[in-house]
Amino acid sequence: MDSVRSEPHYEPHPAPRREDLPQAVKILVAGGFGAGKTTLVGAVSEITPFHTEETLTRSGIGIDDTEGVEGKSTTTVAMDFGRITIHDRLDLFLFGTPGQDRFWFMWDELAAGALCAVVLADTRRLAASFPAVDYFERRGLPFVVAVNSFDDARIYPPETVRAALDLDPGIPVLLCDARHRDSVKSVLVATVEHVLATEAL
Amino acid sequence: MSRHEGSSDHQWVDEAAGPVVRPYAMVRGRTRARQDVFDLVAFVVATVDSLDGWQDGWQEREPEHQAILALCRRPRSVAEVAASLSLPVGVVRVLLGDLLELEAIRVREPVAAATGRPSLRVIREVLDGLRAL
Repeated sequence: MDSVRSEPHYEPHPAPRREDLPQAVKILVAGGFGAGKTTLVGAVSEITPFHTEETLTRSGIGIDDTEGVEGKSTTTVAMDFGRITIHDRLDLFLFGTPGQDRFWFMWDELAAGALCAVVLADTRRLAASFPAVDYFERRGLPFVVAVNSFDDARIYPPETVRAALDLDPGIPVLLCDARHRDSVKSVLVATVEHVLATEAL
Repeated sequence: MSRHEGSSDHQWVDEAAGPVVRPYAMVRGRTRARQDVFDLVAFVVATVDSLDGWQDGWQEREPEHQAILALCRRPRSVAEVAASLSLPVGVVRVLLGDLLELEAIRVREPVAAATGRPSLRVIREVLDGLRAL
């Protein structure tokens, strides 16, 4: 490729300099399948949230033939993300993490450099939040637990949820409605405030 | 005989085979050849509109290189490129590596790429931005 590199090229449109490109920060939104992660991202994103599906093979990437491609050797990791412009040089990305905890490698990539995380909990299936809580505790990534208020779910006091999830006293537990922008905004503000409080320690 | 019906793990069916195999064939099994990070939220912008006229004979050239340049006339994140072109992130990274080698794109990694944590200044900026929503 070296010979290619030396060939002339042109810049027909003025591209921003590298240092003038926006930079990004990430907040992760985790939780069990159906907890409302996609809804939450969509409630505050200024773009229609993107949905990506990574198809994986058991042997990892790099397959070059179709022999042996069958149901059990492949699986799909779905990931949703949205974006909020903080200012002209800073964008916030919200990533809904893959719902299944066997995709830890994907979580690792998402968590790298992330600002913080929101664990979205559904009180009807509180146990589905355990893997996310464990993961962020182990990784030392600041997080809050936001209890999504589903219409048909019993409302539990935050302290009950805290006890059920065996959370450290310092971890905020909030109630939210993932469908409503203002509610999600409050959760995000509280999460970043929690990060600042954590950093100050 | 029931074959994993209703199991989301096993929805692999024929129509998915083409798009899956093709992306990796496209990059000929190459994984990342360079040390480029290409974080999911790194921003990419094209410096040229097209490879036509200066990279016509380039061996690794694929239509997707051109598609990336077209998409990145405005700065886009790596995740956005992958989602918009329906390509796996791993494949997009190889293609971006090619384009960076050609200096056909510029890339800005996210704020935390160097240190692993956003700075206090950035955290405060995010907080102010969220409050102002």
